[in-house]
Amino acid sequence: MGHKIISKTFLNPEHSVFELIIKAPQIAQKASGGNFLILRIDEKGERFPLTVADYNREEGTITMVVMAIGKSTTQLAKLEVGEEIMDLVGPLGKKAHIKKFPNPVVLVGGGVGIAPIYPQAKELKEAGNEIIIILGARTANLLFWKEKFDIIADEVIITTDDGTIGRKGLVTHVLEEIITSRPISQVIAIGPLIMMKFVALLTNGSKEGVPKVPTTVSLNTIMVDGTGMCGGCRFQQLDGGTKYACVDGPDVDGHNVDFDNLLKRNSRFLRVEKVRLSHYNEKCRAEAKFCEENEGEEF
Amino acid sequence: MVKMQIIKERTPMPVQDPKERGQNFSEVALGFTEEMALQEAKRCLKCKNRACVKGCPVEVPIPEFIALINEKDYRGAINKIKEKNVLPAICGRVCPQENQCEKFCTLGKIKESKPVGIGRLERFVADWDMEHPEDIPEGAFCEDTEEKIKVAIIGAGPAGLTCAGELAAKGYDVTIFEAFHKTGGVLVYGIPEFRLPKEIVRKEINKLRDCGVKLETNKVIGQILTLEDLRQKGFKAFFVAVGAGLPIFLDIPGTELNGVLSANEILTRVNLMKAYDPEYDTPVERAKKVAVIGGGNVAMDSARTALRLGAEKVIVVYRRSEKELPARHEEYEHAVEEGIEFHFLRNPTKIIGGEDGFVKGLEVVKMELGEPDASGRRRPIVQPNTEYILDVDLVVMAIGARANPLFTSQTEGLKLNKWGYIEVNDELQTSLPDTFSGGDIVTGSATVISAMGAGKQAAYGIHDYLQKQITE
Repeated sequence: MGHKIISKTFLNPEHSVFELIIKAPQIAQKASGGNFLILRIDEKGERFPLTVADYNREEGTITMVVMAIGKSTTQLAKLEVGEEIMDLVGPLGKKAHIKKFPNPVVLVGGGVGIAPIYPQAKELKEAGNEIIIILGARTANLLFWKEKFDIIADEVIITTDDGTIGRKGLVTHVLEEIITSRPISQVIAIGPLIMMKFVALLTNGSKEGVPKVPTTVSLNTIMVDGTGMCGGCRFQQLDGGTKYACVDGPDVDGHNVDFDNLLKRNSRFLRVEKVRLSHYNEKCRAEAKFCEENEGEEF
Repeated sequence: MVKMQIIKERTPMPVQDPKERGQNFSEVALGFTEEMALQEAKRCLKCKNRACVKGCPVEVPIPEFIALINEKDYRGAINKIKEKNVLPAICGRVCPQENQCEKFCTLGKIKESKPVGIGRLERFVADWDMEHPEDIPEGAFCEDTEEKIKVAIIGAGPAGLTCAGELAAKGYDVTIFEAFHKTGGVLVYGIPEFRLPKEIVRKEINKLRDCGVKLETNKVIGQILTLEDLRQKGFKAFFVAVGAGLPIFLDIPGTELNGVLSANEILTRVNLMKAYDPEYDTPVERAKKVAVIGGGNVAMDSARTALRLGAEKVIVVYRRSEKELPARHEEYEHAVEEGIEFHFLRNPTKIIGGEDGFVKGLEVVKMELGEPDASGRRRPIVQPNTEYILDVDLVVMAIGARANPLFTSQTEGLKLNKWGYIEVNDELQTSLPDTFSGGDIVTGSATVISAMGAGKQAAYGIHDYLQKQITE
């Protein structure tokens, strides 16, 4: 009993970033912003976490945005509508803390991290907050979902590294302008670890002339079970404690995360991961070649 | 009266050659042949006081099943065991029999004599049963009642499976919810293939399924469904057996390094996810030199797993002496035979890492044993200035786990003790009258058989509770 893929949309011309909508009625009833899911594509697959990017309780679907970067995500990108994912567990992790804040909330999404800020933005808006969205991408081609945010946000600001769309520069430049010009209750940042690190450094009160603003970040650590059992997702806090992203997070206080250590921890399987991906790609090419050569023949 | 003949020597268990088995994940202990089983069964003195049964947490009728083996009535023997134990092929392999039934065996009290190999005999008949499935009459162990009362079990480990088996036999409509994609709990993620083949677990669980037990995998209760949701779905009672939780890491510098992992993690990657097989996607560290910290069965399993993943040197670092080692003696012996080194009276003080964030070594300090502590074992004391460094590139912590907060934090009104474990009364009933609990989430890390004992006891508790509800 797997979970059927309802829709698959590539979000960039390179076909490396894609949106998946999966039928999962029970999960859709309970999923919220901040939650994550664990997938296992097939019998030989690994368990890997993906953050919830949207949910539709009526339709019974869950949306995720994925970057094909390793073997499993590359394999996921090749699945077609109608095919199934063998195992899907969730919602896991803590839901985002949604309430009415006195001042606006700024949500910063970088790269594929743009997607998981969407449900939190939607829920914060429904709770009556003014929300300002900053979306950061390397280049215009990699930006997605702007129109989705336009509908719910009070303000959407785009930045790209090369200036092909929106403002040229980093999300932190825009964020600094905002938090130094008016009172902001909360910053929520989801994106590459390095982006979250610099957002946290900007808002932690250490920079002269920049006020301290509470900041949550979403940690995409290495996990196996996702239920607090293996300890693979543990991260160091700057005040000395150890936490587990799967049960204490994945959304945590960004000012207390030891990002430098986490950057190293996330490199744990980098080498094996590269080898595995190249083997997989070779196998796919070989299979494609085989099919091409035998085209028209009956099996 | 015929005088019983005393046979002091036990029939040895055939095992895979140590050198060979260090290179594979196949089962180490190979099991008795029929001839060996008959030879061993003959040793039982059939004593009246049945001391062995008192040592068994689930009270298997031991002399009775052994007598049936003597008569070559293996079907009778397995049915006798199943009166009390729904997972005999598993218990025959992983129970610490030397501390339970076999510890009390009268034959073992006689000078120079060894107790009857009860576990080995249990395994023999359980395996015989699996090889002769056609002999099982359909629905042999379950009663059918007209309107079945729904009971939910949270966690498909040894406690949950046993409870399910007992309740199904009493005629309840039982559903087990499991967080993982596979059922079995510690039997599939924790205990390695070479000690308990997963095929055995699968077959035992299939027998429960045949009795009408429903299994729902990928369901983390507390997250996807709360107890309240389940009440609304018509479940009348619950057994919470969610098992082990957050692994404990020693509070020493360097635990954040890559190459420091919990026993739970390396075992789950290898056992549940089959990371040892290149066909499977899950990665796992294949280190050359490994240190495993701890001295229990989980430490033995981790060390022997690391060896099979290709390590050239595996060292178990334990802070007490060989005498205090909590692991089963048989597991320790097997580990030594396979070439695992044991550094007793050593305690880790620091994990040393390189610039890249990966482990480069483990600093340990020598210990000596002082006065006995609260547990009755002699307390290890640090010998100052005796630190030295072990050259290792992987450190596995096998020093236990804390309570898992995932279910308990999402369940209102559930009383916990100060360590976060669930509080229960003598019937294993929690502060919520319809909810019972047992296994590691009540006791902290313990054994498979004690969890099974709890599952069985909870089934009685749940049955009493539900019968009272009906009559009221």
